[in-house]
Amino acid sequence: MSDQIINILAVGVGGQGIIRLSDILANVAFRCGNDAKKSEIHGLAQRGGSVTSHIRWGKKVFSPIITEGEADYVLALEELEALRYAHFLKPGGTFIVNDFRIEPSSVLEGKAEYPADIDARLAEYGKVERILGSAIAKDAGNIKASNIAMLGALSKHFDILEATWLEVIKESLPEKLHELNEKAFAAGRAAGIS
Amino acid sequence: MPEKKLMMGNEAVARGAWEAGVRVSTAYPGTPATEINEYMSTYEDVDTEWSVNEKVSLEVAIGASLMGARVLCSMKQVGVNVAADPLFSLVYTGINGGLVIVTADEPGLHSSQNEQDNRYYAMFAQVPMFEPADAQEARDMVKRAFEVSEQFDTPVFLRMTTRVCHTRTVVECGERTEVPLRPYEKNPAKYTMVPSHAYRRHFDVEKRMTKLIALSDTCEENRIEMRSPDFGVVTSGVCYQYVREALPDYSVLKIGMSYPIPNQLIRTFASQVKYLYVVEENRSYLEKAILVLGIPVEGKEQLLRVGEFNAGILKRRIMHQDSGQKGPAQNVPVRTPGFCKGCGHKFIFEVLAENNITVCGDIGCYGLAALPPYNALDTLICMGASVGMNHGVRKVAPKELKSVGVLGDSTFFHSGMTNLANIVFNKSDATTIILDNRITAMTGHQPNPSTGHNVKGLESPALDIETLCRALGIKHVYRVDGYKKDEIKARVLEEVARPEASVIIVDEKCVMVKKHG
Ligand SMILES: Cc1ncc(C[n+]2csc(CCOP(=O)(O)OP(=O)(O)O)c2C)c(N)n1
Repeated sequence: MSDQIINILAVGVGGQGIIRLSDILANVAFRCGNDAKKSEIHGLAQRGGSVTSHIRWGKKVFSPIITEGEADYVLALEELEALRYAHFLKPGGTFIVNDFRIEPSSVLEGKAEYPADIDARLAEYGKVERILGSAIAKDAGNIKASNIAMLGALSKHFDILEATWLEVIKESLPEKLHELNEKAFAAGRAAGIS
Repeated sequence: MPEKKLMMGNEAVARGAWEAGVRVSTAYPGTPATEINEYMSTYEDVDTEWSVNEKVSLEVAIGASLMGARVLCSMKQVGVNVAADPLFSLVYTGINGGLVIVTADEPGLHSSQNEQDNRYYAMFAQVPMFEPADAQEARDMVKRAFEVSEQFDTPVFLRMTTRVCHTRTVVECGERTEVPLRPYEKNPAKYTMVPSHAYRRHFDVEKRMTKLIALSDTCEENRIEMRSPDFGVVTSGVCYQYVREALPDYSVLKIGMSYPIPNQLIRTFASQVKYLYVVEENRSYLEKAILVLGIPVEGKEQLLRVGEFNAGILKRRIMHQDSGQKGPAQNVPVRTPGFCKGCGHKFIFEVLAENNITVCGDIGCYGLAALPPYNALDTLICMGASVGMNHGVRKVAPKELKSVGVLGDSTFFHSGMTNLANIVFNKSDATTIILDNRITAMTGHQPNPSTGHNVKGLESPALDIETLCRALGIKHVYRVDGYKKDEIKARVLEEVARPEASVIIVDEKCVMVKKHG
């Protein structure tokens, strides 16, 4: 194993399942023999605010948080949030963006406009992979599985067995949600770009 | 083989406390500490409670310790302000069963009303303090803290910060050791702090301090890691991680026991390197201590005065490394958190804002009313303050200024009730609005005395706030339907004009509880 640290910043809106997703991701990395850390903010932000979670793994990880210009991937469950944290991506890094918008209250109240040119603006920071994560989750049975569909797309970038991902997903979710999330993961993975 | 897994820092504190044989755990919820007590409640052999506030929770903990049990008491940083009164004299009485108090500080104040540095409480009250840098250390240090507590007859602080509380890192756990109850003997000279007893106990505190200083200079939690002979960094807590990441070749004095400060060890370390930095969050606690020793040091004041540290600051400012990435995107619409869909406690704020009423606010979900589109709060300071501040406003405000105090049920039990008694006693005409959602929602739905069950989910009496207000002497107590704006408006306008004290209860169960149970 090299000394290289993998840095993933997962971003989205409170209620989209960022914490579940990042728990799974950190556990997959840990199961593969890595040191791993995962950090996020609980509390107020989860109430519909913007939410981030930092996942880092490698031979030895010190800092629990990723700093600006350091993330290998920004995994965004919502488009605007990708833009908000774009500067965390390292030059040459990749955005994996769910094709999904949640208008914040500032937009709903007409005080701000939801940007129309998100992909172009993201491209100034790095590569952009747009994934139909929420549509995939809906097809699999429930939009709530968008987080796992996006995890599927991300998984394409790592040399980790599909079985390991599925094993951890199943351990992290109640049995009645297994089928839905396995489907969402597989479809997300198929849609992923490697 | 011992099991290794990824654990949140707060979970690791609970795990360590359980392994240390803790029998009683008390707390009042508060981010970023809340999960500690939630995890404690999952251990069947630990008597866990949500107390009504931090002072009460520490007092309960002291009683349990007196009877010889190991006790954990956890709170967020501002909780220590509330618990400070028993704390300062507890230091004089000492303990019987080990007593560890967790203070969860919040550099960066993600979910707090200030950024206070509770290392100064350790210094102020003379309580030894440990500061873990990750979940493994949290688990290890809480166990160590119980040993120190019993060995030196003192309460011990464990200082967590948000990034230790809410980060999952790899932890190797052990098993529980049952610790027998230490026998209780009546000893008024030790446990009753009348002035003559307290005076003598103060000598014992100073003797204990001498021993603790020796411990701090020699304990394994304070260690020198020699690398570069040129550059050395003194650091503690999560900042250690940032230093190791950004300055991998620097020598480090890692301070895991941050009170008393290991002066001898600092001198030794300083003599082994040419340049000394200090890396710490919040106040310049270590930096000042080093300067007092006459040792030149820099770092804290120059690098970060406000907010959280991260490795990037060190990389940029000390190593002059730059990722080359562009700065933050401009014109990104803000996404502030808001009231939940269907919440029964938002219309009241529309009424208050639309009718130009001065609102002494309080801390809970309803603090969101301070933000757009409501902009309904004039003040928000600390839990329970709404009621007393409004009473003070009424003393001075011109007659045409209409005002109310607004608080939630958990906050009412925390520190609103005494304020209401004060209003009656002092013949105030204040109007108090209680948003009773039967739960402590803001911090993640912990039960409180109005809920009807306790931390373990077992039934407990649900106190009726209306009855309580009447018993406190408020003659005018009304309930309103939180969704009927007209009804709320009529009631509010009538009560703010009334020349006597009154209470309006907006009686709506939390929608999240209704939805998810
Ligand atoms: C002294 C202190 N302890 C704990 C907290 C953390 N805290 C913030 S809001 C809150 C709960 C408020 O509950 P409640 O008044 O019932 O309002 P709700 O959130 O349910 O609307 C707590 C515990 C704090 N800010 N200060």
